[in-house]
Amino acid sequence: MKQIIKFFRSLFLLELFKGMGLTGRYLFKKKFTIQYPEETAPQSPRFRGLHALRRYPNGEERCIACKLCEAVCPALAITIEAEPRDDGSRRTTRYEIDLFKCIYCGFCEESCPVDSIVETRVYEYAFENRGENILTKERLLELGDLYEEQIAQDKAQDAKYR
Amino acid sequence: MEQSLLELWKAIPASLQWLIWTLVKIVLIIAPLLLSVAYYTFAERKIIGFIQVRLGPTRVGPRGWLQPIADAVKLLFKEIIIPSGSNKVLFLIAPALAIAPALAAWAVIPFDVGLVLADINAGLLYVLALTSIGVYGVIIAGWASNSKYAFLGAMRLAAQIVSYELAMGFALVGVLIAAQSMNLQQIVLAQQGSILHWFWLPLLPLFMIYFISGVAETNRAPFDVAEGESEIVAGFHVEYSGMAFAIFFLAEYANMILISTLTVLLFLGGWLSPFQGIPVLEDWFAFVPGTIWLLLKIAFFAFVFLWLRATFPRYRYDQIMRLGWKVFIPITIVWLLVVGLAVVYQLPWWFD
Repeated sequence: MKQIIKFFRSLFLLELFKGMGLTGRYLFKKKFTIQYPEETAPQSPRFRGLHALRRYPNGEERCIACKLCEAVCPALAITIEAEPRDDGSRRTTRYEIDLFKCIYCGFCEESCPVDSIVETRVYEYAFENRGENILTKERLLELGDLYEEQIAQDKAQDAKYR
Repeated sequence: MEQSLLELWKAIPASLQWLIWTLVKIVLIIAPLLLSVAYYTFAERKIIGFIQVRLGPTRVGPRGWLQPIADAVKLLFKEIIIPSGSNKVLFLIAPALAIAPALAAWAVIPFDVGLVLADINAGLLYVLALTSIGVYGVIIAGWASNSKYAFLGAMRLAAQIVSYELAMGFALVGVLIAAQSMNLQQIVLAQQGSILHWFWLPLLPLFMIYFISGVAETNRAPFDVAEGESEIVAGFHVEYSGMAFAIFFLAEYANMILISTLTVLLFLGGWLSPFQGIPVLEDWFAFVPGTIWLLLKIAFFAFVFLWLRATFPRYRYDQIMRLGWKVFIPITIVWLLVVGLAVVYQLPWWFD
């Protein structure tokens, strides 16, 4: 009996019509496509994009050259050299991130005791010449100044989970 | 001006006049056909995109409407690479052999009463013969490429087409018996009456089998083992590039439109209005020309081709053979008997 039912089900293409009904319904569903340059996907405040070094509100750079980020970096993308400054405080003389090596894991940001190195929401960048892939300290501080508002906002939003 | 043109036309000898007039008619059929083939590829990408909950091409021109033009231009400017060790003559003839029958078959397609290029009595036979010739293009392409993937694709296609042509031919025989004519116009006129008089109802199994065999015949998904991207790269046209590839592409889509058209003509009343015989609606829609109905019905079946492709996974090769030989051919033979009896005993409503 079961055999006969199965035979007629396949003979009248019932399951095939059911499948076509399903795809037919999907034809009218709302589409997921994001038209990229005009529209962008929503970002989390924890988004990990291009790096930046932050400053305190008084303009002093936060980084104290503890080298935790250099130590934790799994891709060995960070290079730090440090010396005491004239006023006796420990500061970096060189802080470089090689973006070709960086895997954007965010460990540097997590390990930083003074919230200095952060990953911003910026992801639309490109290099045209050799060497541009290395973010120097000046460039990182520049980026930090440029996006400070957004970074501070994201940090505040994420503060209760940290 | 008009006067002088008319005189010039009258000065041309009658036989030449006939030739020019026929050429004009051919252009009038082929040009819209090629344009619709181009936009059929666009429709395919859009509709399959929509079914997969994405948008399809949107970038070239407003909402992507210039996409097929861009594709054509790209293919035109690409190099045609002839593989080493291939048979050059056959390699280049194959695309022509694939597209010529797909276009030539349109000669006997009636678009309305009397609106047909060649009103021949053996129209159906002519169509059947031409669609069979189309296979040669593919087989020659597969063989001449000197590539194992192309060869495998061609072999699969040959076996598939041979088995499905039988089922298709039997389905056509059913239509012949029911209409008692091989002239496509007569076949359509035999379906006059109402939507229930069309042959899809008395010949329902044959209608389904004809369309499914048509899908197999044009080797579209789910019967696209001849192309089988995931198994044999692209099947018979792996080695083709540029315009030679474009011609195969064109032939495939032209064949799809042809199969849709034939399905409509044979089973769904061609240019007949679906409101025929319904008291009020018939008068309301009387102003719509038959050609519009025909095009609407063709568009629906062309859409079903894409719908099928977006819905079903590819058949396994042995399943294709099983479906063709063990299911379709027995059903068609049985239904031929039923139709034959119905015609002999003049079953009321359809065959009286």
